[in-house]
Amino acid sequence: MDAIVTDRLTLSYGSVNALKEVTFAVHRGELYGIIGADGAGKTTLFRILATLVLPDSGQAWVDGYDVKAQYREIRRRIGYMPGRFSLYQDLSVKENLSFYASVFGTTIKENYELIAPIYSHLEPFARRKAGNLSGGMKQKLALCCALIHKPSVLFLDEPTTGVDPVSRQEFWDMLGDLRSRGITILVSTPYMDEANRCDRIALMREGEFMQVDTPQHIIASYRDELWAAESDNMFRLLGDIRHFEGVKRCYTFGVEHHFTADATVVERLRTYLAARGYKELTIRRVAATIEDCYMQLEDKYHG
Amino acid sequence: MDVFAAFVRKEFLHIFRDKRTMLILLVMPVVMIVIFGFALSNEINNINLAVVSSQRNETVRQLVERFDANHYFTIVGEYATAEPVEHLLRAGKADMAIVFGTDFDRQPSVQLIVDASNPNIASNEVFYTSSVIRKAMAETRPATQEEAVVTTHLRMLYNPQMRSSYNFVPGIMGLIFILISALMTSISIVREKEQGTMEVLLASPVRPIYIILSKMVPYLVISCFNLLTILLLAYLLLDVPVTGGIAGLCILSLVYIILSLALGLFISTVVNTQAVAMLGSVMTLMLPVMLLSGMIFPIESMPKVLQYISDVIPAKWYIMAARKMMIEGQTLAQVYVEASILTGMTVVLMALSLKNFKNRLG
Repeated sequence: MDAIVTDRLTLSYGSVNALKEVTFAVHRGELYGIIGADGAGKTTLFRILATLVLPDSGQAWVDGYDVKAQYREIRRRIGYMPGRFSLYQDLSVKENLSFYASVFGTTIKENYELIAPIYSHLEPFARRKAGNLSGGMKQKLALCCALIHKPSVLFLDEPTTGVDPVSRQEFWDMLGDLRSRGITILVSTPYMDEANRCDRIALMREGEFMQVDTPQHIIASYRDELWAAESDNMFRLLGDIRHFEGVKRCYTFGVEHHFTADATVVERLRTYLAARGYKELTIRRVAATIEDCYMQLEDKYHG
Repeated sequence: MDVFAAFVRKEFLHIFRDKRTMLILLVMPVVMIVIFGFALSNEINNINLAVVSSQRNETVRQLVERFDANHYFTIVGEYATAEPVEHLLRAGKADMAIVFGTDFDRQPSVQLIVDASNPNIASNEVFYTSSVIRKAMAETRPATQEEAVVTTHLRMLYNPQMRSSYNFVPGIMGLIFILISALMTSISIVREKEQGTMEVLLASPVRPIYIILSKMVPYLVISCFNLLTILLLAYLLLDVPVTGGIAGLCILSLVYIILSLALGLFISTVVNTQAVAMLGSVMTLMLPVMLLSGMIFPIESMPKVLQYISDVIPAKWYIMAARKMMIEGQTLAQVYVEASILTGMTVVLMALSLKNFKNRLG
């Protein structure tokens, strides 16, 4: 059986549908990413899988155990890192780690080998209070605490939110390392650029999985011609491109605007924009990223 | 048990590292005892007395001498008319004026003019002064009065000096244990919910009962420490007699402390933020304990509705029993009604909070 299997998981909070019939499976030893904006339902999904919340309907199994009936077994086997920093700020790095080790009935020494690559970053600050660590350090400590009992499945809910780019890189390197040790990892992130580090990803929006595949396949499945535009007046440019006939969609992407249109439309757009008096106007063909795929799917699913 | 020890250790670390918590836990009880025991008292310390007598005869002179000799009175002046009295009272130079009738020998009557800005103290002063006068008159003019006046002889049992600290100490104990046990326990559990650490603990194999019990242990220990401090202070500093047996009082207090802890647990199972826990505890615990438990205002003089409400306030029963044990000298066996009510409340609250504590979020 796969490490994580769900069958039509559904949960609503009042009139808000947090999850709508989510069905997916994560293979053993897979690094599986759930990509979605805030409010997509990622945290709800994680809480159900971590046996913290019961679904309204549908079923889920983690490591072969049912999240409803066999939650005790699951709690022994998983490592869970919630979205916000949830360690004791007034305890030191070492104290936090040894506390969580005792919670899981083990010791730091026993499983040191697994956390060593991560904990080595923290060891110089072993006596520092967790509350005084930098964002990246906090996340590394939380990861250590979630790993201290050698879980077979690791749930990481937005572990890199609010962390600087360098630490984010390091964090994903660590996840890759853990995966190579056979730990199944389910990770969620709102950063589309992190999707490429996963084996497979699910693009999630408003409680639904829009597409599940490897990042490469998702990008390859992008059919439209994608262009990037830049000029001296980006705000006016966005409106002008959006309202130009033949342009399917246009959105801000970093410092540029991305839009999809056929090559013939782009030629006409070029002359139109030049006539509108834009300076330093450049329009070039670009390759799609996961974010572009997400935007395209969003249009498809929600008009 | 290793898990449990780790939890308890962690709780103690939280407490020791938070200076404000430490201050509340260890200093507040001492401060309260000292403030309530010394500063906020209704007892008579020193009555500044102004004497007004239009004619000085032997009886008046003897009576004034008697007041002068009594160390509870200080004569601030003797006047022929009552005119300066108001000024003296207003300026706070005198607490009371005694005005002798013009023909005191034949018709002995006195008027007492009292500064009643604090009614409790004023009535105590009047009461005491009257008794001094009555006693003096009875001695100097034995059996002269033919009219069969019913004389009431008062004996203030258990607290003959009417020392208010006797009354306050059990009250403060009732308040402090609720504050420390219920308030601090509920806040420390709710803090874990608020900071998200509860989420991680729930997703771990630790049984929720361990999480809960480990929260109670440190506050139980601290409460016991406070109990000792309070008893020592009360005994050594305020001379409160603990006549009903120290062991019995400790057992009673222990039951009450556990009851407060259970109350804290219960609060923590129904609220989700520290602010609400704090407000809830103050509104539902502190105010009722201060106002409805008989700590300050006697329950007997409350409207019926409030009396019924006071019945469900644990502090009422504890304070009642503690007073009986500390002042009246009753033993634990004699306050079995209060003790069994407290025990019953503890069991119910414990059961409720254990039932309420969820294995999952929300």
